[in-house]
Amino acid sequence: MSTARPSTPSDSAPQPEGSSVAPARPRMRGVGRVLVIVYAVMALGATGRSFVQIARAFDQAPLAYSLSAASAVVYIVATLALIGSGRPGWYRVAWVAIVFELVGVLVVGTLSLTHPALFQHQTVWSQYGLGYVLIPLFLPMVGLWWLITHRPSRTAPAVADAPAPSDGSAA
Amino acid sequence: MILWFTVVQLVVAVAAGLLCLIMGFAGKRPNDWTVGSLALIELLLIVQTVMAIVSPFAGNPALGDPLEYGVYLVSAVLLPIGGAIWALLERSRWSTVIMGVVALALAVMIWRMQVIWVTPIGG
Repeated sequence: MSTARPSTPSDSAPQPEGSSVAPARPRMRGVGRVLVIVYAVMALGATGRSFVQIARAFDQAPLAYSLSAASAVVYIVATLALIGSGRPGWYRVAWVAIVFELVGVLVVGTLSLTHPALFQHQTVWSQYGLGYVLIPLFLPMVGLWWLITHRPSRTAPAVADAPAPSDGSAA
Repeated sequence: MILWFTVVQLVVAVAAGLLCLIMGFAGKRPNDWTVGSLALIELLLIVQTVMAIVSPFAGNPALGDPLEYGVYLVSAVLLPIGGAIWALLERSRWSTVIMGVVALALAVMIWRMQVIWVTPIGG
């Protein structure tokens, strides 16, 4: 049965420059952009703090400050990957970064409570990000929610509520 | 830093943050008030930068770590610019919300800078 719906992905094309031109897959839209700015602010803060800690007193708490540096890298990668998450490659990177972030805040948060001697000096993820009003704890959850609900699909616009591909293409 | 000027910056930043968040969630696109509020924060931060450079020579040195203070200050001065660029890539309600987020983040940074300035290292 032939349908009027075109089987070719004409509106959300998988062409390489869909990120800036194609109206059906904008670079980053709506609420997602708010998510990006929050990640960017976290990246800025974590990088600055980590830089100062390492420059000043790395010997005093090498584990904590290394985690600080790792968290800064994760936030930077997550920010960039979210911006490009309309494409499958960056989408996967974003998944990795945000899962890493979630695991990090849970592991470091727990360790900072069970082994406080290792964390005399504060990091972003100490006490589950309590020093940052628990934003580090909730941010990856929001990030993962966003990624799950905004898969880059080849046959539908970036906002995916039904991943079913187009059917009925008369062969 | 001078406490009363810090308070002025905090009031402006928090007010701008609330203004932008409220107007953003109410569906308003960026306008002169919202963008202007962010510009005002930036203007005050530039004044703050000048003050931070001059203050030690006027008998008001930073008691905390100057490197930490400097990193915060540079970050704070750059954030409204980057944030406004990112916000204004499109003109939607979320652009306004983004500016609100940036303003509140700046409020936190300004407060942290004040704490660093007046808290002796190790204290």
